[in-house]
Amino acid sequence: MKEQVPNPGNTPPASSKPAEDHRLRMVNRTMQLYRNQSHALIETLHTVQESFGFLEEGVLKYVAATLRVPLSRVYAVATFYHSFTLKPPGEHTCVICRGTACYIGGSGEILDDIREKVGIVSGETTPDGQVSLLVARCLGSCGLAPAGVFDGEVTGKLSPEVVLEKIGRWQTHDPQ
Amino acid sequence: MTLNSEDLHQIAKIEKDKQDGFQHRIHVCVAAGCLSCGSGVLMDALGKEVNRRGLDNWCQIKGVGCLGLCAEGPLISLATSGTYYQGVKVSDVSDILDALGGNPVGRLLCPADTAFFKRQVRIVTENCGRIDPERIEEYIAESGYESLYLALTQMTPPEVIEQVTRSGLRGRGGAGYPTGLKWTTVSKAISSTKFIICNADEGDPGAFMDRSVLESDPHRVIEGMAIAGYATGASQGYIYVRAEYPLAVKRVRLALAQAERLGVLGNNIFNTHFNFTIKVRLGAGAFVCGEETALIASIEGRMGRPRPRPPFPAEFGLWEHPTLINNVETFANVPPIIRKGGKWFAGIGTEKSKGTKVFALAGKIVNTGLIEIPMGTPLRDIVFAIGGGIPGGKGFKAVQTGGPSGGCIPEQFLDMPVDYDSLLQVGSIMGSGGMIVMDETSCMVDVAKFFMEFCMSESCGKCAPCRVGTRQIYDILCRITGNQSTPEDLAMLEDLCDLMKNTSLCGLGQSAPNPVLTTLKYFRDEYLSHIHDRTCLAGACKTVVEVS
Ligand SMILES: Cc1cc2nc3c(=O)[nH]c(=O)nc-3n(C[C@H](O)[C@H](O)[C@H](O)COP(=O)(O)O)c2cc1C
Ligand code: FES
Repeated sequence: MKEQVPNPGNTPPASSKPAEDHRLRMVNRTMQLYRNQSHALIETLHTVQESFGFLEEGVLKYVAATLRVPLSRVYAVATFYHSFTLKPPGEHTCVICRGTACYIGGSGEILDDIREKVGIVSGETTPDGQVSLLVARCLGSCGLAPAGVFDGEVTGKLSPEVVLEKIGRWQTHDPQ
Repeated sequence: MTLNSEDLHQIAKIEKDKQDGFQHRIHVCVAAGCLSCGSGVLMDALGKEVNRRGLDNWCQIKGVGCLGLCAEGPLISLATSGTYYQGVKVSDVSDILDALGGNPVGRLLCPADTAFFKRQVRIVTENCGRIDPERIEEYIAESGYESLYLALTQMTPPEVIEQVTRSGLRGRGGAGYPTGLKWTTVSKAISSTKFIICNADEGDPGAFMDRSVLESDPHRVIEGMAIAGYATGASQGYIYVRAEYPLAVKRVRLALAQAERLGVLGNNIFNTHFNFTIKVRLGAGAFVCGEETALIASIEGRMGRPRPRPPFPAEFGLWEHPTLINNVETFANVPPIIRKGGKWFAGIGTEKSKGTKVFALAGKIVNTGLIEIPMGTPLRDIVFAIGGGIPGGKGFKAVQTGGPSGGCIPEQFLDMPVDYDSLLQVGSIMGSGGMIVMDETSCMVDVAKFFMEFCMSESCGKCAPCRVGTRQIYDILCRITGNQSTPEDLAMLEDLCDLMKNTSLCGLGQSAPNPVLTTLKYFRDEYLSHIHDRTCLAGACKTVVEVS
């Protein structure tokens, strides 16, 4: 089971044994690609998020030191952009589009239903750590509004029922 | 490796011969829309069945970019007969193959002689749905990179700019700034280092044209950028793509690798002294990064906050060097302009808006999807003839163009020609090309609130009018839709809009009031009914209905 608290205390400081962790190797590779120049910051944070699932504090410190960027700036960039999150995600991620087409198509009702029946709003994870909910600003699938992404898979023409069922199956570990 | 024109023709010929060798060619749409309806599995199934029947040399199965009618996916087209099939499932595979050469499968037929297909004029999307976006050879077979060759070997940079200027092409990213003029400014800037940036941030929620072009025909954009590099004296380019478009990112990266391998990017392109390379940078989910100075800050690895202009990026851009920033669709128009001449392009469209525009039709409309039409096409034709009208027998209420910076256009302007200036006149903008249709069940105050909430959360916080103004306007709109407003709120709303429009630092804040202003102007009765009668005329705002 994954830790649900931000920056779990038992994670070893990232800078201690960087080469041993496969995930950190990916991060190092991105930084090396840009010869550790400071403008690689956003690209590096993308890699951190891809490898770790979120921006872990220890890794941010490591990135700041390697790229020689003040930690304050790393933190500023990490919180400015919506794609980055400082909280570890749940086992599964559900993204609901709240762009114009999807809003007109009824994505608001889907989000209302999730709030009422599952008890989470955007940016939150269910207490069992199974499902995280995120809101997107247009996935570019407006022709299929309302659209969402379930564990990386884009699905269109959603209804509250379909979404709730999917979330329910994740929570009960129904593999269907 | 350096390429010459004979090599280019040779590649094209081999590719054409290969295609002509097939009796039948089935194109499966593998753009993001159809992929999410299962077109990937469908393509595999078609391939397997063709192979099982031993027809590999007789029938080709090919993944192509967007066929346009996204709502009816997965779509396939039979290139040899011009037949389109819609909503195709794996279980239809046998029937489709059986019917090749005979009568098409009736239940799957997608009528291709409708206005949706017939009214379109394809320049930017000429290859969309026809070529495999993951193979450079197919692009070359459709005259790809011929324009770059022509420009590099037979034209001087001023001659290239002359053609672009003569074409009358205006920026497709929103503001409609004349592209030729922008190129001239950058070409005259004195610096040994210059940059070309392609703005593929496409932040307008409800627009997906740039995504489709990048997914369906990425080489076109690359070629346009390289021509721009030659014309302005730049040798490095960046494509700034939204991270939310993973497929577009993947195809662009692949296209760049192929272009480098063939030598249409790199050093001494076509044996000339021209060098050009392109790098990809990912956005990270900030709308304001579509603004050019914020985008530059983001490429430099900083927070995407705009800065005052002037100085414009054309003089003082990326890493303080002169920088040309154009939209994806702007660059995609360049190769045909060079190939066919600026005069040809200027013959399409209206007096001040030349060429075509790609629109993303979405919302309460039958044919949601992607269309390319000449500038000046009446709005009514777009919504009713091409778009197929409003589903469910509901009444038309408004079209929203330009996203959070645009406005809502009511029924009375349906006969207006769609071009930059007409849209501006009614208080909206062309924007990047999103068109969201709303029917009688949409409350316009709620729509205005939706856009204001968007601008509020996307405001970068640098200037007070935008940071505070969006919040205040949003709060007032919440009070109105929530049945707690007073008549004074309306005056306050108008004051705040005026203030934001005139004092914000960048386009985000300056144009954020547009959705409110246009709905106030054309749908004032909905505001008044909310304020005075506590009712929502559209029946959309729940709280108000409950109380009354
Ligand atoms: C808030 C804001 C968001 C913008 N978003 C985009 C965008 O997503 N895509 C785009 O091409 N231009 C966008 N622009 C316009 C760019 O600043 C710039 O004008 C454009 O990329 C220039 O290209 P063009 O001349 O080819 O239109 C935006 C502008 C503002 C103020
Ligand atoms: S608005 Fe939801 S995909 Fe575009």
